[in-house]
Amino acid sequence: MQEFLLIIRGGKDPGNASPQEMQQTLQHWQKWMGELIASGNYIGGQNLEPAGLTVLNSTTVTDRPLVEGKELVAGYLLLRANNAAEAAELTKGCPGLAQGCTIEIRAIRQLHLS
Amino acid sequence: MSNSSPIDQTVNHLFRQASGKMVAVLVKIFGPEHYTLVEDVVQDALLSGLETWKFNGIPDNPEAWLFRVARNKAIDMIRRKKHQYNIDFSDPEQLPPSAEYMLSSTFDQYWQDQAIRDDFLGMMFACCHPDISPENQVTFILKSLCGFSTREVARAFLTSEDTISKRLYRTKEFFRANNIRPHIPPPAQLSGRLDAVLNSLYLLFNEGYSATQHEQLVREDIIAQAIYLCQSLLDHAHTRQPRTCALMALFCFHAARIHSRLQADGTIIPLSRQDRRQWDQALITTGNEWLNKAASGATLSPFHLEAAIAYEHCIAPGYAATNWKMILTYYDALLQLTKDPVILLNRSVALLEYAGAPAALQSLEALQGHRQLSRYYLYHAVLGEIYKSMNEKEKAVACFEQARQLTTAQQEQQFLSAKIADT
Repeated sequence: MQEFLLIIRGGKDPGNASPQEMQQTLQHWQKWMGELIASGNYIGGQNLEPAGLTVLNSTTVTDRPLVEGKELVAGYLLLRANNAAEAAELTKGCPGLAQGCTIEIRAIRQLHLS
Repeated sequence: MSNSSPIDQTVNHLFRQASGKMVAVLVKIFGPEHYTLVEDVVQDALLSGLETWKFNGIPDNPEAWLFRVARNKAIDMIRRKKHQYNIDFSDPEQLPPSAEYMLSSTFDQYWQDQAIRDDFLGMMFACCHPDISPENQVTFILKSLCGFSTREVARAFLTSEDTISKRLYRTKEFFRANNIRPHIPPPAQLSGRLDAVLNSLYLLFNEGYSATQHEQLVREDIIAQAIYLCQSLLDHAHTRQPRTCALMALFCFHAARIHSRLQADGTIIPLSRQDRRQWDQALITTGNEWLNKAASGATLSPFHLEAAIAYEHCIAPGYAATNWKMILTYYDALLQLTKDPVILLNRSVALLEYAGAPAALQSLEALQGHRQLSRYYLYHAVLGEIYKSMNEKEKAVACFEQARQLTTAQQEQQFLSAKIADT
């Protein structure tokens, strides 16, 4: 088993979604996350606030993230999978994809070589 | 939703219900003239919930979570933009004249359970102000208290988003011009104002129940909203009147039968040919309980009688075995209360079954030449039915044809075409 970091970019829900549409979106996410937890693939994850800081060097700190909009990291997930292909397969179910977000999958380098 | 009753549906409407309650409280805080601000705060709170819960799951008390976010955002708005929004801090109805550093504790009072319930009902009374037209009332109720988007309201009423936007605008302007705030009327006015609210809910329910050209889900959605709003009236001591109970009973009895009223393709199935095993017995039982509670007062409202009629239909083992005599008694009592020609029309259907065609025909003679009714398809359909049972085929077909011309709903036209072919 290997661990993977899923970096979810963009795809924040449009501000004009109706309460019922939001409810449906949430239900899709609950279903997807629930399946990942039930199958043992889920390790953890968080949603990120859109606001942030960027430390450019030891003297300069900007008051926003480096990128905006579609490039902005909306959240991350940690998954457990046999290999990258399996991690990608699990990721395809993410409801955020339908809302235009992209998901980068990065294998976490292991300290101990097997 | 085919497996659960419209009453249970409310648990799946967390966002909508929280939205309605937040709108009510925030209109109280900011005043109706800042309705756009209210909507922005609500939308913001809901989006925060969505984004957070996607990753972390729904907390134990999601509604309280959303209220907290809305409360904080509202305080933020007032601190940052109070000059821009020009909120009147001296208006005791709007904000207590507290120093700004008291905002936080003042705001907590707005979000107590009882205060939220009061504001929610208060908003319902505001929406049903007698000077607002009934169609604007139900439109604004769906938008503000049921959390429908403009598009969803348009779909519910089979009209354009543009029309709905105009109706909403007119109501907002009325609120602004007359400084209408959410509040439960004082005892002296409560009775009359409650009637307006109940009538509005009755209208909303009928929109879902009788609009046959709707897809099933939309119809059941509107029915569920009417039941939800009626339940919130029943949850409050001031508005839990016998006639509120009667209206709920009526809703339950009608809702119990929605799945047997239409075929899969939307064709209407008449009561005489409905599969009674499909009727929701749990809802009929609930309706009966409300009808019993409705019997506690001295007043007999039209809702009592309509519920009693619907109850007789619900418990009848079959169409022919229906207690038409009892139903006729209820119709007679109903006519004592209101001279609505549609009631006389419906009564004639019961009369047809109980006393036969000549009696039914005679009862309709009083309506001959009634201008509104002569344009109502059901009047001609009922006449056709009466002539049909008298074996007057030509007259029956002529009536059915007239009825078919008068309705625009495709399902009703199909139904009448089948009648004509069958005569």
